[in-house]
Amino acid sequence: MTLIDLANPSRFLALSARVLPWLAAATVILLTIGLYQSATAPDDYQQGATVKIMFIHVPNAWLSMFVWGVMSVASLGTLVWRHPLADVAAKSAAPIGAAFTFLALLTGSLWGRPMWGTYWEWDARLTSVLILFLMYLGLMALWRAVEDPSRAARAAAVLTLVGAINLPIIKFSVDWWNTLHQPASVMRMGGSTLDKSFLIPLLVMAVAFTLLFVTLHLAAMRNEILRRRVRSLQMMQASQKAA
Amino acid sequence: MSLGPYASFIVTSYAAAAIVVALLIGWVVLDYRNQTRRLRELDRSGITRRSGRSAVDTP
Repeated sequence: MTLIDLANPSRFLALSARVLPWLAAATVILLTIGLYQSATAPDDYQQGATVKIMFIHVPNAWLSMFVWGVMSVASLGTLVWRHPLADVAAKSAAPIGAAFTFLALLTGSLWGRPMWGTYWEWDARLTSVLILFLMYLGLMALWRAVEDPSRAARAAAVLTLVGAINLPIIKFSVDWWNTLHQPASVMRMGGSTLDKSFLIPLLVMAVAFTLLFVTLHLAAMRNEILRRRVRSLQMMQASQKAA
Repeated sequence: MSLGPYASFIVTSYAAAAIVVALLIGWVVLDYRNQTRRLRELDRSGITRRSGRSAVDTP
């Protein structure tokens, strides 16, 4: 099975229908394990029990960037390879990415109030993630504003690739600027600085949320293919009536 | 399990995540139902795909 085979929407619908129940089951199992481990993880010596917020904040923050990365690859698929499902993938991922980014901002803010003494600080990391959230909303608005899906796809693909410049800014903002946000503690040179009692639940939750994204994304892509099928059939119906 | 003096922040974070995930699942499920209903309506009105297959022929 290659990407070319998946270029056929009917074949994609058939394959995704077989895979989705397994993905959903794996997501539920991993989320259950991750939530149990998060609940039973010890308190941090500095943060106390608020460290539990990290188990949902960090996976959502990672996914906010990962989803934009997926959309960027899909945008290349639209502009360079003209893959028929590339813009379907990009359009379907945007609302899910926006939701993860919203959760990263919200949970970060709820962690910041007791730990930093403020819900919000205009530092480089927080501001660049807020910009990412606004870019998600802008992209969704663009998709809705242009009626023809192929025209909307090209415009959205260009905007997505321009917006991808923000990803390294988010990642390295804590190194390039003096920020209130702490530097990387998991994905860093020299390995993680986290104790296993925090690292394992964090990684389990990260994999669980990633599986959740893949499941929701496949389901949303199926919906988008059906929406386009409805659109083309309605246009066919309208032309039959006009003839 | 004691959540200490900041329990409201922790509970709100998990509740917000649960609500947003539930909304995402609801959006996907309702959208699927909506699209398949529209395809069934088109099928009933005699509109078929160019391949000749039924509008509702969806794996």
